[in-house]
Amino acid sequence: MNLLLEIGNNTLAVTATLTGIVLVFAALLIAKLISPKSYSVKKSEPFECGIPTRGESMIQFKAGYYIFAILFLIFDVETVFLYPWAVVDNQLGPKGLLCIGIFMFVLIMGLAYAWRKGALKWT
Amino acid sequence: MFNFGIWTSELNNWFLSFMPDWLTVIVECVLIGVAILLAYTVLAIFYIFYERKLCAWFQCRLGPMRVGKWGLCQLFADVFKMLIKELISLKGTDKFLFKLAPYIVITSSIVMIACLPWGRGLQIIDYNIGIFFILAVSSVGVLGILLAGWASNNKYTLIGAMRSGAQMISYEISLGLAIITIVILAGSMNINTLVAEQNSAWFIFRGHIPAIIAFLIYVVAATAETNRGPFDLPEAEHELVAGYHTEYSGIHFGFFYLAEYLNLFIVSGIASMMFLGGWMPLHIPGWESFNNVMDWIPSIVWFLGKSIFVSFIIIWFKWTFPRVRIDQMLAFEWKYLMPLSLANLVLMAVCVAMGWHF
Repeated sequence: MNLLLEIGNNTLAVTATLTGIVLVFAALLIAKLISPKSYSVKKSEPFECGIPTRGESMIQFKAGYYIFAILFLIFDVETVFLYPWAVVDNQLGPKGLLCIGIFMFVLIMGLAYAWRKGALKWT
Repeated sequence: MFNFGIWTSELNNWFLSFMPDWLTVIVECVLIGVAILLAYTVLAIFYIFYERKLCAWFQCRLGPMRVGKWGLCQLFADVFKMLIKELISLKGTDKFLFKLAPYIVITSSIVMIACLPWGRGLQIIDYNIGIFFILAVSSVGVLGILLAGWASNNKYTLIGAMRSGAQMISYEISLGLAIITIVILAGSMNINTLVAEQNSAWFIFRGHIPAIIAFLIYVVAATAETNRGPFDLPEAEHELVAGYHTEYSGIHFGFFYLAEYLNLFIVSGIASMMFLGGWMPLHIPGWESFNNVMDWIPSIVWFLGKSIFVSFIIIWFKWTFPRVRIDQMLAFEWKYLMPLSLANLVLMAVCVAMGWHF
């Protein structure tokens, strides 16, 4: 039961995306037109407690975050695989439950291994 | 119950009576765009006012009172103020990514708004994998936040963006698993089917114990997903100034502010859609007259009412729990919430296989 049955979903998704782009663009345009402008050297410095910034800011960063990102990748793909099963679970019965049980067991073992290895510990 | 589809099909027929097909599609797309924009801005203004007033009441204050009756015009003044502030361009920023970030954040939240079931026949995008599509789009928003922090050439924004990214991707798993729990019960990912399935009783009642656990997991994960409440450490002002949007000024900052409030509405909307029946009224089997009275309330009022109620709970969290540390937050997700949601998923699967649900 769509809002307007004749328009395809893809067209509507593109419409919504364009709406977002138009909103940001229009608001920026209005702001550019009516906002004041003033220039000074100090004003364009990065804001860091009022003292001059030291060194580069776009640097290689703490590895702890990347470990969580890799773990996320594993479990997010797992979630993606679970969706099709979840839709047809009603019709599969106990056999489907067993199959997905094995799949989830392997992944939970993976989580347990990561936990045991200390990957979940913030250092 | 009133079906908004009658109005829209009438409008469609009227357009078709004097316009060719291709022009009708264009005109309707423009109308839909305007409708989305209106809903977006009205909701944003309402939510900012709602949160400020609630925060004030939780702290025994009055909140904004000076501009207009009960401070009702305060938000319009604030939005206008934001619009007339200078857009400062900084030294050393990655100009392209810096300007791209608000586009990504706003666009992802607008596409999600277009997917929500606003009322009977009042839904724009209706894929057969609707809820999956919403989750996929919500992940794109994280990208905007990471870009904003990275491109700003500032150490606070970088740390804020990294924290925010780690938090949002971590809690997305629990969010997804809580939603899968309900997808198992419903047997569909289409948003219309999901809502229609809850005609007799909402999923939170139909799935009893596993559904209630899933709802609790969902609300906690949604709080973290929107960077709110006890999980607002990406913007912990005592250590990171304002997190990933420190360097944004004027309306540029306004976009992040807007998207944050709209994301609060969207996660509440998904909660009401998946657990609390979407636009379906409260029906109690056997109570005919009660059900008839409930049917009189328009569907859009039901949807907005439930969403605003869930938002109230999420705002309440903020004033009840102290802010957590980054290690506590990640440990809470990976060591407690995710194993719990996996176990709950199995419980729900067993319940459905054994026919223990309603």
